[in-house]
Amino acid sequence: MYLATTDAVAKASEQEQSGARRGRVAGPVLALGAVSLVTDISSEMVTAVLPLYFVLQLGLSPLQFGFLDGLYNGVTALVRLAGGYAADRGGRHKLVAGGGYALSALSRLGLLLAGGATAGIGAALAADRIGKGVRTAPRDALISLSSPPDTLGRAFGVHRAMDTTGALLGPLAAFALLWATADAYDAVFVVSFCFGLLGVLMLVAFVPGHLSPALPRSPHPAPERQQTERQRTQPSAPRPRALHLLRVPAFRRVLVAAALLGAATIGDAFLYLLLQRRLDFAVSWFPLLPLGAAAVYLLLAVPAGRLADRVGRRVPFLAGHVALLGGYVLLLAPTDGWPLLIGVLLLLGVFYAATDGVLMALVAPVVAQERRASGMAVLQTGQALARLVAAAGFGAAWTLWGVETALTCAVLALTAAVAGAAVLLPRSDTSSGGST
Amino acid sequence: MKPQSPSDSHSPSPSLRSRVVAVAAAAAVLAGVAVTYTLQAAERAESADATSEFGLDRGKLYFRSTTETAGRIARVPVSEGGGGGARTTGGPSCERFYAASGTGLCLQRRPGIPPKSYAVVLDDRLREKRRIALTGIPNRARVSASGRMLSWTMFATGDSYAGSSFSTRTSILDTRTGYLIKNMEEIPLTLDGRRYHSPDVNYWGVTFAKDDNRFYATVSTKGKTYLVRGDMAKWSATALRSNVECPSLSPDNTRIAFKKRVREGTRDPWRLYVLDLRTMREHPVAERHSVDDQAAWLDDDTLAYALPGGGGRKQDIWSTRADGSGNPTLRIRGGSSPAAVR
Repeated sequence: MYLATTDAVAKASEQEQSGARRGRVAGPVLALGAVSLVTDISSEMVTAVLPLYFVLQLGLSPLQFGFLDGLYNGVTALVRLAGGYAADRGGRHKLVAGGGYALSALSRLGLLLAGGATAGIGAALAADRIGKGVRTAPRDALISLSSPPDTLGRAFGVHRAMDTTGALLGPLAAFALLWATADAYDAVFVVSFCFGLLGVLMLVAFVPGHLSPALPRSPHPAPERQQTERQRTQPSAPRPRALHLLRVPAFRRVLVAAALLGAATIGDAFLYLLLQRRLDFAVSWFPLLPLGAAAVYLLLAVPAGRLADRVGRRVPFLAGHVALLGGYVLLLAPTDGWPLLIGVLLLLGVFYAATDGVLMALVAPVVAQERRASGMAVLQTGQALARLVAAAGFGAAWTLWGVETALTCAVLALTAAVAGAAVLLPRSDTSSGGST
Repeated sequence: MKPQSPSDSHSPSPSLRSRVVAVAAAAAVLAGVAVTYTLQAAERAESADATSEFGLDRGKLYFRSTTETAGRIARVPVSEGGGGGARTTGGPSCERFYAASGTGLCLQRRPGIPPKSYAVVLDDRLREKRRIALTGIPNRARVSASGRMLSWTMFATGDSYAGSSFSTRTSILDTRTGYLIKNMEEIPLTLDGRRYHSPDVNYWGVTFAKDDNRFYATVSTKGKTYLVRGDMAKWSATALRSNVECPSLSPDNTRIAFKKRVREGTRDPWRLYVLDLRTMREHPVAERHSVDDQAAWLDDDTLAYALPGGGGRKQDIWSTRADGSGNPTLRIRGGSSPAAVR
């Protein structure tokens, strides 16, 4: 039944969106990609200089900085769920996402005005985190709702590539500004605010506010569905209930698989630290390691998305985690020098390219359109929490048993998780192995 | 607004063209704001590389002046109390500074891609003798009383991926032999009477004794901090007691000033204490504010340290009696890194 529905829908959309069939992605996706690019320049500029600003300029201790930084991690998870839920109510994706972007942009002015006051800085950081948490799920939902199901991988690939471009440019822009102005952090905040505001304006101008009814439906014949479609813009529309999501077997499977894999992911910071320990290169090159992985991610995001569209999203998603596993094994193996460095960064980049956007493309077809943002929020939050637990666990294992044992444990855990996820993940994107 | 179909997803008024024009105009205005602000900020900046206009003389209190843009080193006579005026500016530009007996240590940061940090060894005229490239954020700097042994601590961070986790790298330089220990983390450590191994040990805030061999430092592991006594010749370290950070040995080597955690969380976590090494008894000093600094001894009775200044923006240097009596006095407005050259 699912297969039949989606096939028909896919054919219908094929005729409508013939332009999008050949290599091009929908206009709204490009617009959202451009917004993310500009916004990421803005946010990564600030992220790159904040530790320096706090410790050198304000004389805050690392402890205080760590406290401010860590304070909102738990909050972000809740805010993300709230953002997804709010977006689903009446289809206000653009409004909720735009609010998130605007809040983050304004937080730069908050940093500027706070001066050295810890409370003000705390508030500005909180605003930034809340903005980031709120916007992510509605934005990903918008991407999925603007693209036919069979091009989702490519759409997310294009978006993530543009997003990563911004993330790469941001720190470069920030350090160039500090260099040009002899450490005028206020200039970094002002320029970051300008980029942030531009992102909001681009969203307002170029991203459509309401979703097209002509777009293909998700294969979920939920009982309230037709009614919802008709009454979408009316206040009496039934609320999307997040808990209903968990009753959808296909969604549950994806969620559990993503959490399982997330719980076996040790965190990039540890990988970079291990690389530095093994290679003992000049530490001034240390900040460039994440840029290497991000560059690989940037180059492979679109090809990985296209591959996902062709062979099904399950395969690249699992393969990406196998690449990460390869990175862990490489760190345990007696490899050394350049092969180790390039190998690990390459595999880490492949991991992100093959999993980050692909997971969203994987989950989109199994969540009804009305609950798309909530579904993505639940999935992203579950994955993030699992990764948090994994990083803490790996840190503890490293301290207790030493690095070799900890890494061996990570390899075993990830192998088991990949095997588990291979069983759990729906075989094909459209057949969910059961109906609601 | 009505639902639209994807083919005319830009349909309602205003037209796509007018929206492009509007966003382009907004982008031009924002670019103008960004460029203007940056140019003005660049104008404010002054060259940080000017040579110093004075040397290291006895009886002077050197400090980093935070009222000047580039954080230049300035000095006042040690005897001078209060926040007042006879300050001489025009030293080198440093993030952190310390000096003793004809040797200065200046921790610098130079913006760039990636940003670079340096430990610069200065002679008695504050001229550069040696420059060591480092990574991270300058944090603590100390020179032994004789001027021979140097030590500094960097926060290994500044990387966006590192998030909230800070770690430290502490180096020791013997200026007589030129021998440099880039990271003292591998020093054999004895804790609770046993050889201690853990990947998370971090050292910071080294202070040297008069013999240029014995030293004290902070070590942190598993969330606790300890005072360690180290021996350069034997290359070993022993933890003496817990909850001690940033020790600073008195000129007569009988007492250690340090900061002690008196409260969990980030609200006023530390107080300044003095530990008598003969009795191993400690007492708080009169300063009631939380002090996050490695205190400097101006003489055997007086401690100086930086506190957040008025308005929170700049730091001020305060001093107080080491025996816990009296009241703290504001020594220098807009300064940090105090170092008395005796």
